[in-house]
Amino acid sequence: MDAEIATILAMDGIASGAIYLLIGLGLVLIFAVTRVIFVPFGDIAAFTGLSLAALENGHRPGTVGLVAVLAVLATLKETALLVRTRELHRLPHTLLFYLVLPLAPAAAIWFTTGSVLPMPLRIVLALALVLPIAPLLDCLVFRPIADASVLLLLTVAVALHFALDGLGLLFFGPEGVRTQPLTETVLDIGGFIVNAQTLLIVAASIVFSGLLYLFFEFTLLGKALRATAINRTGARLVGIRPTSTASKAYLLGSLLAGISGVLIAPATTMFYDSGFLIGLKAFVGAIFGAMASYPVTALGAILVGLLESFASFWSSAYKEVVVFGLLIPILLWRSLSLGEVEEEEAEE
Amino acid sequence: MALLSIEGLSVAYGKVEAVRGVSLAIEPGQIVTVIGPNGAGKTTMLNAAIGLLPWRGRMSFEGADLARLDVEERIERGFCLVPEKRELFGDLSVADNLLLGGYARRRDTAGLKQSLADVYDRFPRLDERRGQKASTLSGGERQMLALGRALMAKPRLLLLDEPSLGLAPLIVREVFRIIASLRELGVSILLVEQNARAALETADFGYVLETGEIVHSGPAADLMHDPKVTASYLGGH
Ligand SMILES: Nc1ncnc2c1ncn2[C@@H]1O[C@H](COP(=O)(O)OP(=O)(O)O)[C@@H](O)[C@H]1O
Ligand SMILES: [Mg+2]
Repeated sequence: MDAEIATILAMDGIASGAIYLLIGLGLVLIFAVTRVIFVPFGDIAAFTGLSLAALENGHRPGTVGLVAVLAVLATLKETALLVRTRELHRLPHTLLFYLVLPLAPAAAIWFTTGSVLPMPLRIVLALALVLPIAPLLDCLVFRPIADASVLLLLTVAVALHFALDGLGLLFFGPEGVRTQPLTETVLDIGGFIVNAQTLLIVAASIVFSGLLYLFFEFTLLGKALRATAINRTGARLVGIRPTSTASKAYLLGSLLAGISGVLIAPATTMFYDSGFLIGLKAFVGAIFGAMASYPVTALGAILVGLLESFASFWSSAYKEVVVFGLLIPILLWRSLSLGEVEEEEAEE
Repeated sequence: MALLSIEGLSVAYGKVEAVRGVSLAIEPGQIVTVIGPNGAGKTTMLNAAIGLLPWRGRMSFEGADLARLDVEERIERGFCLVPEKRELFGDLSVADNLLLGGYARRRDTAGLKQSLADVYDRFPRLDERRGQKASTLSGGERQMLALGRALMAKPRLLLLDEPSLGLAPLIVREVFRIIASLRELGVSILLVEQNARAALETADFGYVLETGEIVHSGPAADLMHDPKVTASYLGGH
C-alpha cells in the first residue's frame, strides 16, 4: 500500500465514519433521555435511502404504508387511553399529533406520485416521511415500559429492529437500490483527486453536529432535553413531561439518521435490511463514548469508519469480521466503564 | 375553600403502607408544618401529593381533584415541590437551572424575566454563581438554588421537604428567614421538618406524623407548649 492508496482509504473511511457519526449522536441522545438503545436508527437511515430512491423513480415509497399503519395503531392506542382516563376533550390534540401530522408528508407524496420532483424537494420529502416512524414506535412500544430496566429496553429495541426488517421487506420489497449522486463534481486538491460527494458527507456531518451543539447549548428545548437526561425527577418537578421530551428526542435522532441515509444511499446499494450493520457500527461508535459523550462518540464513529475502510482493502470479504473482531476488546473495556457509571447512578 | 385538602391519604411501597389515613388542609396564605422523626413517612406523603407516587384517598388543589392531574399539570397550576434530595440539574449552570424552573410557564417571557430578577435579588449568592455548574455549589447554595428554581414556576403552594437538612446552623436560620418571607409573595407553604422547633416557630399550624399517622395537630404556638410534643420533639424544654 502506498501513500496515495492510504489517502484514498482514509478519505473513504472518514466519509463512512461521518455517516455513522450522525446516527451515533442520535443513539447517545435517545439513551440519555429515555435509557433506550434505539438500535432501529440504522433502519430509519436505510428507509430514508429507499424512500429517496422510490421518489427519484416517481414511485410511491413503501414508507407511506409503514407510517400509515404505525400512525393508525398509535392513534387507536392513545384514543383508548383517553377513553379510559375520561379525557376525550383532548382527542383533537391526539388526532393532530398521532394521525394528521405523521401522515401529512405521506399524503403529499400520495398526491404527487408519478411526477418526479426536483432533488432538494425529494430529499426534504424523504426525510419528512421517515421522521414520524421513531416517535410513533416510541409511543407504541417504549412508552408503556418506560420504567423497565436498560437491559429489557435494549432487548425490546433489538426485537423492534427485526420487526422493522420484516415490515421493510413487506413495504419495500427485496430489491436493492442506489440513489442518484448528490453531486458528480470531482475536485483536484493538491494533486489528490477528491470526490465532492465525500466532502459533502463530511461537511454535512460537521454542520449537523454543530447545529446539535448549538441546540443543546442555546435553546430552552435543548436544555430541557439535557435536564431530562441529567435528572428525570428534577425535570418532572419543573414541568418537563418525559413523554413529550422523548418524542422530540426521537424526532431529532430520526432527522440525524435520515440525513445519514440520504448521504449513504448514493454510495452504497441499500436493501430493506441494510440498516442493521449501519446501526451496529454507529452503536460501536457510541460505545466508545460510553453512550454518554457526544464528542467521543464522534471520534469513535470516525475510527470505526477508518477501520472498516482499511480492513476492506486487505480483505473485503472479511471486512465486517475484521471491524467487529478488532472492536471486541475495546467494547469490553468500554462496557466495563459503562457498567460502573450505571452503578454509580443507581446508588444515588 | 382550602388551597390543598388531603383526606384519608394512604401510600404504600408494595405491601408496606408508609402513610396511613392522613388528613390535613392548608388555607391560602398559611404556612403549615408537618414534623416527625426520620422514617415517619413525611417524604412519602409529599411525593404522593405532588404525583410522583401512586396513592389512595382524596386530594384536591384549589378544588381540582388531584387524581386527575399529573405532576406536570400540578406544576403548571402553581403547586410545586422542593424535594428532599433537591434534584438539581448538576451538569447545567445555575442560570440554566433557574431558567428551567420556569419551564411550565415558558410562554410568559416578561413574567419569567421579572421572576429571575426577583430570585437573584432574594439570593445574591446565586447571582454571583450564575455561570457555575449546579454540582459545584455548597449545600446551602444548593438549597437556595432548589428554592429559587421552584420560585421560577410562580408557585401558589410550595411543598418543602426538610429544607434545613444537612445545613450549618447559620444557614439553617437564613433558610427559615427566607421561608417566612415567602409568605409576603402570596406563597402558601407546607413545610416538612425534623427540626421541629424552627418549623413550629415559622408555621401557623402544625401536624405531628409518627409511623405514617398523624398523632397531634393544632396551631403551631399551641404545639410548641404541648407537653406531649415538647417531650419527644423539642428536647423536653
Ligand atoms: N422507595 C421506598 N421503598 C420502600 N420503602 C420506602 C421507600 N422510601 C421510603 N420507604 C419507607 O417508608 C417509610 C417512610 O419513609 P419516608 O417517607 O422517607 O420518611 P421521612 O421522610 O419521614 O423520613 C420508611 O419506613 C422508609 O423505610
Ligand atoms: Mg424524608
